[in-house]
Amino acid sequence: MIALLGRDMRLAVRAGGGFGLGLAFFLIVVTLVPFGVGPQSALLARIAPGILWLGALLACLLSLDRIFALDWEDGSLDLLATSPLPLEAAVSIKALAHWLTSAVPLIVAAPLFALLLSLPQAGYVPLVASLALGTPALGVIGTFGAALTVGLKRGGLLLSLLVLPLYVPTLIFGAEMARRGTEGLDTTTPMLMLAGISFGVIAVLPFASAAVLRVNLR
Amino acid sequence: MASIWRYANPRKFIETTDRVLPWVSTAALAALVAGLAWGFFFTPDDYRQGSTVKIIYLHVPAALMAINIWIMMLVASLVWIVRRHHVSALAARAAAPVGAVMTVIALVTGAIWGQPMWGTWWAWDPRLTSFLILFLFYLGYMALWAAIENDDTAADLTSVLCLVGSVFALLSRYAVNFWNQGLHQGASLSLDKEEHVADVFYYPLLLCIAGFVLLFIALVFLRTQTEIRARRMRALQARERLG
Repeated sequence: MIALLGRDMRLAVRAGGGFGLGLAFFLIVVTLVPFGVGPQSALLARIAPGILWLGALLACLLSLDRIFALDWEDGSLDLLATSPLPLEAAVSIKALAHWLTSAVPLIVAAPLFALLLSLPQAGYVPLVASLALGTPALGVIGTFGAALTVGLKRGGLLLSLLVLPLYVPTLIFGAEMARRGTEGLDTTTPMLMLAGISFGVIAVLPFASAAVLRVNLR
Repeated sequence: MASIWRYANPRKFIETTDRVLPWVSTAALAALVAGLAWGFFFTPDDYRQGSTVKIIYLHVPAALMAINIWIMMLVASLVWIVRRHHVSALAARAAAPVGAVMTVIALVTGAIWGQPMWGTWWAWDPRLTSFLILFLFYLGYMALWAAIENDDTAADLTSVLCLVGSVFALLSRYAVNFWNQGLHQGASLSLDKEEHVADVFYYPLLLCIAGFVLLFIALVFLRTQTEIRARRMRALQARERLG
């Protein structure tokens, strides 16, 4: 399992793409927003938590199809499926590798980007905490979507259509937690809901992902 | 032995639905015409909403069907996953576009109703938002069916998507409650509540709902038959090419 984790992470970092691309995409989203809504810092500060959450979500989406696509093409996915490691475990590890390579950089960079959107100081901790709690859910849900569309030639657009509605609850509670934290309100309720969603999908969805992967490998 | 699984045989299914279909279609037509005519022409205007209240005869049945069709798809998907009856998977596939159209009808009539009553075509109200999300789920489901060539693979994948989607649709429904307060009124037709729509609107509404249900049944039977026949035709063509 650790070998698989290491392999996936090395591939993500060295093969170009996932690692830097997601971060650059996040930066571009954050840069474009003021052009769209105007540079007034009061307005930016108000929408900053939502924009940062949306940016992180889209950046996460961008790298989803890489989770299985390359392994599908060169046949190593078949090897994984026939290996003694349960496919559910392999799927979880792949989701974890995706999270470590694409979400963690975003979380680390989020305060810097929040500075660009003039988020108040008080918002930094809740923002990072909400991203840290919520992005695992995004990764695991996205892995399910990637497993659904792995066999398709042009699955990218379909993948977005399938995955984005599933992201709704996570986005609602994540952005709400960041917003409440910024405004100095109590964040307990959205935080607990967000944590519930994350742990719930981590516990259940790998089974669904492995099931659809088996169907696709049939 | 009269078991429901008898109808899982495609031939038996087509035989039975062929016999039932004219009756169901006629009944659907009769109920819809009678219900809508009754509702539109023979009920009084509401004392506050005026004649806009008559949108209820399209809005409520369509909204009801939009949700229940998804539940029917969920059950059919479960039957496919557990018992591998092809008719079940095809029925779920046949129901999806009908459900999507119902969702659109509910959203559009809601907008037309909302304009004079709330002064806006659209508000990010929990009910409205969750219907929009439901529509996206229908779109994703249909797109996945269309994208996969192998029929059995498509049936498997869409079934799992339907199961997972149901959980998330439910979750979204309550998450949006938390996210925004609504303009939309609460449920008016619950079976266990005292407060109700006035009888004079209620009976034509029930007739319209019955009409929508019958129409849905007729459409699903017809579309499932078409799917079965199309699949048979493909099998025959494949055999011809080989022979």
